[in-house]
Formats: sequence, structure tokens, C-alpha cells
Amino acid sequence: MQKLIASITSRLVISVPYLWMLIFFFIPFIIVFKISLSQVTMAIPPYTPTIDIAAGWQGLINSVSQFNWDNYTFLASDPLYYKAYLSSVIIAGISTFLTLLVGYPIAYGMARAPATVRSTLLMLVILPFWTSFLIRVYAWIGILKPEGLLNQFLIWANVIHTPLNILNTNTAVLIGIVYSYLPFLVLPIYSTLEKMDYSLVEAAEDLGCPPITAFWKITFPLSLPGVVAGCFLVFIPAVGEFVIPDLLGGSETLMIGKTLWNEFSANRDWPLSSAVAVVLLALLVVPIVLFQRSEAKAQESEK
Amino acid sequence: MNTTWSRFNIVSLVIGFAFLYLPIVLLVVFSFNESRLVTVWAGFSTKWYVSLFNNKSFIDAAWVTIRVGLISATCATVLGTLGALALTRYTRFRGRMLFSAMIYAPLVMPEVITGLSLLLLFVAIGFDRGIWTVTLAHITFTMCFVAVVVQSRLVSFDRSLEEAAMDLGATPVTTFFKVTLPVILPAVVSGWMLAFTLSLDDLVISSFTSGPGATTLPMRIYSQVRLGVTPEINAACTILIAIVAVGVVIASIANKRREVQKARDEQAAARH
Repeated sequence: MQKLIASITSRLVISVPYLWMLIFFFIPFIIVFKISLSQVTMAIPPYTPTIDIAAGWQGLINSVSQFNWDNYTFLASDPLYYKAYLSSVIIAGISTFLTLLVGYPIAYGMARAPATVRSTLLMLVILPFWTSFLIRVYAWIGILKPEGLLNQFLIWANVIHTPLNILNTNTAVLIGIVYSYLPFLVLPIYSTLEKMDYSLVEAAEDLGCPPITAFWKITFPLSLPGVVAGCFLVFIPAVGEFVIPDLLGGSETLMIGKTLWNEFSANRDWPLSSAVAVVLLALLVVPIVLFQRSEAKAQESEK
Repeated sequence: MNTTWSRFNIVSLVIGFAFLYLPIVLLVVFSFNESRLVTVWAGFSTKWYVSLFNNKSFIDAAWVTIRVGLISATCATVLGTLGALALTRYTRFRGRMLFSAMIYAPLVMPEVITGLSLLLLFVAIGFDRGIWTVTLAHITFTMCFVAVVVQSRLVSFDRSLEEAAMDLGATPVTTFFKVTLPVILPAVVSGWMLAFTLSLDDLVISSFTSGPGATTLPMRIYSQVRLGVTPEINAACTILIAIVAVGVVIASIANKRREVQKARDEQAAARH
């Protein structure tokens, strides 16, 4: 009897979240793929063919026979899309590297801090993450504007005489990404550095190893799992970022998340925006799988 | 352990935290600016807060956001906790690989993809877009964050406690509520808070899945920002920041109290 109850509960525990994710995460992707093979029309919903269950098997075959790869051929033939994908990957790559440059010293400083202040420092890093993403991006508009606070400060300090044009350039987008994603990179690196056995570094230094060499030979390799996880957490969402290039970027900023949004809302071309999403997903599937593996491995090793 | 806290470490922390906090501080300061310009200080004033509270579209959007946040965070916490249990307690079931992929992928999935795919699902099944579609979308992406937070607590959980309860005849459900849940409760609570703030914060997924009459606060702020920067938006942002800050402070005080209480209980138990 007890066994029966146990097996029923275990089935429920697994199947409820499983079904939810199947319906609201997995099946939608199949629908996106299906619509990416359709054509745009002036109708509700604005694509054709729509699959009509009532038309039965024959109707299904009819609809499927109308599917074609036109949207994908269009994506391949128009250099705008190719350039948008490439520049998204480049911008995401550069900003991930910059985030690492800014974030690593912070994580290192936190991990080396006296244990009494460490939890306070940790909270200070997490706190901005709790405030709205949109607000944090918005805050930079007032700073980077030509008549904004950064230019006022630099002119006051006599560093420059004419205001710099930063807002609505790729530089602003990079600043925005580094700023918004910084906690995602600091936290995983901090947690690996905090667990690290620091006596290894001391041993190396006692044996005459200069601190910088000791860092590159011991500390950095040991923190690598955190670095990898953090970089994925920044890079993957940054490739598809929409809000930051839209608010901080300019006409020169070509990012695929923005392109997708424009195709969808301004041109109302749902099939084409689905094709853009499918290609973006194909581009990100390798980093996503690698990220998921490294997370699963980290969880297993903690058992 | 010998913690050498060098000057380099302190400098990098100071610069790092200045970078993290200065933009937010400036934003808050300029919400009290007398002038319409957000970059030139013209004296202290709270008039933007007054005009914000008289702005009906902002107030409506705030209510929509709070309702969506409360409902979706609560559902996401239940589903996410179940998901975390499934991942840690049952290491072997059919499709486990797919399940764990579906839990981790939304953490990094670009929001434009999640938003578009959910919208197309709602259109395909003929579900009218509005507050409920936004709520369903928020449950879906926030439950994964809850699952990850709860899972990290569950892996370090001493399972012999559960086994003891079951040996004494408790059903799995009773065991969960009497033994497991009290131990993982801090993680469940922080999962709820995370889900709530993520929902409060979301712009892209909401914009895709929302319909007429279901404008959330971030959507409202966003459309305003596109028209130009005004102190009124600064005021709205400051209120949001204040709510979050108060919540975080209360949570951390409660946490500290619980720890102190626990230490006291343990001391008392040791004395007997």
C-alpha cells in the first residue's frame, strides 16, 4: 500500500512540472519552427497555411505540402540578417570579455575579504540585481547623453572640451551589457574562489613563486569552472539582447534581437521573425548545451 | 586561513561597487530635481512623485504588475519546487535529460525567443492575450529559477531524516510537509522572491504575450522612455527600487534573527 502511494506521488512530482515545461516551453518551439515554414498574409493570424484539425488527415497533408524554406532562403540572401547575427555575436563576445575583466577582480576581492564582511559584500553585489533591468539601463541614458552627467563631469574636470558622443553608439551598448550582466559573472566566480584552498597559493609563494605567477598557475585554473559558467550566463542572453541595443544603441548598432522585434512588431512578419528566432536558437544551441552540462555537472559533484 | 586583503583587492572592490551603485544613486537623486531636465540640478522637489500618483496609466500598470507578480511567483514556486524535487530525488526516469534541459535552458534563453514562442503558442490555441497569458508566461520562465535555487538546497539535504520518517510510517506527502519543507524553506522563500522580482522586472516576454488592457509597469516605463527621459520616470524607478530594497532588508533581518534563534536553541539543547 505504502509503495503504491509512494509511486503515485513520485509520478505526480515528476509529471506536473514536466508537462508544464513541455506545454509552455518545448511545444512553443515546435510551433515557431512550423510557422517559420509558412508565408505571411494579411489575416488573423497573419500567416498561412494554418493547420486546421477539423479538415482531418487530408487537410493536414495539404497544409504541410504548402510549407517551404522561403524564409530561410530570404535570410541567407539578405546581408542585413547575416550582418546582424555576426555583429550580435561580436558585441556579445567583446562585452563578455569586458565583463570578465571588470568582474574577476571584484569576485577575487570579495573572496579574499575577511569572513566577517564577506556576506555583506555578497549582498551588495546581489542588491542591484534585484532592481529592475530596465531601470538600470535607463539610468545610463542620463549619464551618457551629450549633455549628460559623464560629459558634464569630464568638461568640469578639464579632461575634454567638447562633449563625447557615447549614447547611441556601440560603446554605450557595451557599457550597458557589462553593467547589467556583471552580477551574473561575479557570483559564480566568487563561489569557486571562496571554496578554493588558499594554502596552495601560500605554499607556492613560500617556495619562491611570485604572486602573479602563483595567481595564473593556481588561482585562475581553479576558478575556471566559475569563469566558464559566468561567461555563458553573460554571453548567451547578450547575443539575443533587445532592450540594451534599443535604448542605448544607435543606427549603427545591428543586433539580431532588435531585428527580430522589428520584423515582428513593425513589419508584422511573423513567419520571418520565427525563422530569425530558429536561426538564432541554432546559433546558441551549442553554448546552451555546454552551459546546461556544466551546471548539471556542478550539481552532481555537490552530492 | 590567512586572508591577505591587499590594497589591490580593496581598490578593485571600491571601483567595482562605485560602478554598480553610482548610476542608481544618480537616478534616485535626479528624481527629486525641480527642473524638467534630468541632468541639471535645480533644487529639491517632490513634484514628480505627485504628478506620478495623478497619472492613472501608471497606477493601473502598477496594479497589473503586482497581480501578475503575486500569482506567477506563487505558482512558479510550487512548480519549481516540484521540479527541483524531481531532479534531485528521482535520478532515473524516462526523459530526464530533456527535463533537465528544459529547466536550465530558460535561464539563458534570449527573451525575444521565449516571448515569441509563447505568443505563437497562445495564438495557435486561440487563447486571447491579456493578463492571464502574461501570468502563464511569467510562471514558465520564473519556475526554472526557483527550481535551480531550491535544487541547490536539496542536494545538501540529509536524506536519512526523510528515510527515518518514512520508516516510522509517514506517507511521502506528510514527510515532505513535516520534514523536507521546513529544512528547505529558506530556499523556497528566496525562490519566491526571485520569481516575484523577475516578474516585476520583465519587459520583453510581457510585451510579446500581453494584450489590450494588460500593460505592465515595465512596458509603461519603456514606452515613456522611448519618448524621452523625464524626472517622472526617475520617480517611478525610485519607488520600485525602494520597494525592492525594503524587501531585501526585511528578508535579511529575518534571516539573521532565525540564525540567532537557531544558535540559541542549539545552545539550550546542549545544556540539557
